[in-house]
Amino acid sequence: MEYEAVIGLEVHAQLLTGSKIFCNCSAAFGAEPNTHTCPVCTGMPGSLPVLNRKAVEFAIKLALATDSHVAPLSLFARKNYFYPDLPKGYQISQYELPLAVQGSVEIPSADGGKKRIGITRIHMEEDAGKLFHDEAKPFSYVDFNRTGVPLLEIVSEPDLRTPQEAADYLRVLRAILQYLEICDGNMEEGSFRCDANVSLRPVGSKTLGTRTEVKNMNSFRHVERALAYEIERQNEVLESGGAVVQETRLWDPQKGITEAMRGKEEAHDYRYFPDPDLVPLAIDAQWIEEIRKGLPELPLQRKERFIQAYQIPEYDAGVITASKALADYYEECVRLFPEPKQVANWIMGDLLRLLKEDEKEVEESPLSPQHLAGMLGLMKDGTISGKIAKTVFEEMYKTGKGAQEIVKEQGLVQITDEEALTKPIDEVLQNNPNEVAAYKGGKDKLFGFFVGQVMKATQGKANPQLVNQILKKKLS
Amino acid sequence: MKVEIGEVEHVARLARLKLSEDEKELFTGQLNAILDYMEKLNELDTGSIEPTFHVVSHQSVMREDAAKESQPQEAALDNAPDKAQGCFRVPKII
Ligand SMILES: [Zn+2]
Repeated sequence: MEYEAVIGLEVHAQLLTGSKIFCNCSAAFGAEPNTHTCPVCTGMPGSLPVLNRKAVEFAIKLALATDSHVAPLSLFARKNYFYPDLPKGYQISQYELPLAVQGSVEIPSADGGKKRIGITRIHMEEDAGKLFHDEAKPFSYVDFNRTGVPLLEIVSEPDLRTPQEAADYLRVLRAILQYLEICDGNMEEGSFRCDANVSLRPVGSKTLGTRTEVKNMNSFRHVERALAYEIERQNEVLESGGAVVQETRLWDPQKGITEAMRGKEEAHDYRYFPDPDLVPLAIDAQWIEEIRKGLPELPLQRKERFIQAYQIPEYDAGVITASKALADYYEECVRLFPEPKQVANWIMGDLLRLLKEDEKEVEESPLSPQHLAGMLGLMKDGTISGKIAKTVFEEMYKTGKGAQEIVKEQGLVQITDEEALTKPIDEVLQNNPNEVAAYKGGKDKLFGFFVGQVMKATQGKANPQLVNQILKKKLS
Repeated sequence: MKVEIGEVEHVARLARLKLSEDEKELFTGQLNAILDYMEKLNELDTGSIEPTFHVVSHQSVMREDAAKESQPQEAALDNAPDKAQGCFRVPKII
């Protein structure tokens, strides 16, 4: 039988507030362990949580940016379980009345069109602490700095069908969060995390199969690999006449497999109830309107603007605006060197390739918009050829030096002087008498060979148009 | 009887409570008495009354997003039965 996968994602996005969600402790990452705690976030008796207004504002921003319906009244609830990273014995979350429901985002579909992915709910909650495990000794260490840092949980509808769609959805969602400047979207550091619910059903069927929950995927690549593995695993189970067991499975990136998590099943009985320490959250229409008016340009709007203003293809605009940092980088380059398509080509080709090789984000690029614009300027005024530009580009990336400096240091200036080119051209012709004879005998295609030889002899510095001219003259 | 002794054992396990056999009997009885009383309340027709989410009538109590000084690490770890490297130390949990 042929099966199709049904995937729903739960994303946790850490909010960029200054303080925690229910206390005044700093929400900053990277401090000494247990230096950002207080009686509230460590659950001391007699302490009371008070909601951070900015966290609510950020949640409303995301709700509006995903066309979600902001609930006029929402409630905080306690999710009860025991784990060493949870000092209170419960996590303050939202359950029955979440902050927002019924949203959606748009992702590219396989046929080149667009597909809407539903968002079931967006709710607010607090993060848990961080655990470190001793490699040698039977101990774990608990740091409560992260306890109480505000999170948004974003639950998608089971609308995703392939690992690719899941990754696309995550990219779109992350871009929205970054454009809103409410989450830095760093998957490796855990400020943007994702769990997946995966099940299979016969193609054409409307009922859902038994699902597993896949956890521990901390990059886009891991999400795709883990989901592909899990779909194949369930497929094999079903094909061999077995049944999928509902369970939580952990992705092991080293082994490239998902494995059932031991025990913890009873912990799924969370016994939610409204938190008596927190009063209901009523959000009035006026506040929502204020926030709506202040929304920044979002990825789709920016993409449309790029197509219009810069006259670049939709594909280019999509790639560049998929990340706010990349779109900012592009606009700065175009401001410095107003040739939008040329700038787009260099960014999408060479820059993204080098960044990918180094597993770097554009924010960490050693090559700035000034670098790129400087190099394009030298190309435009004929100082360097397109071929040399590739070398200069890689050199700028490697050393952080400017184009002008590299060209000067390495003597990469284009040879545009006819006399200087005559010598190498003559040499090429002398060294290849057979080819010259064949060319004169009608093998026109050999012209390219001569050009290539001259470029090689001049380390790519010869002006190609000039080489063509001189060669034509000499060979006629 | 709505609550059976097995359910009391389940909830006790979730709450990490160790109950004696006598206590299990006792709490099963008490929980059922509470549920019976709830049943009685359910007999009232509350169809025309807005649901109450909280005993106080305040709504939307919020504070400004300002990070302030937290307690020092020593204070955070003061009550810890075991600590090391600035952290609470617990039996390994993976
Ligand atoms: Zn605190």
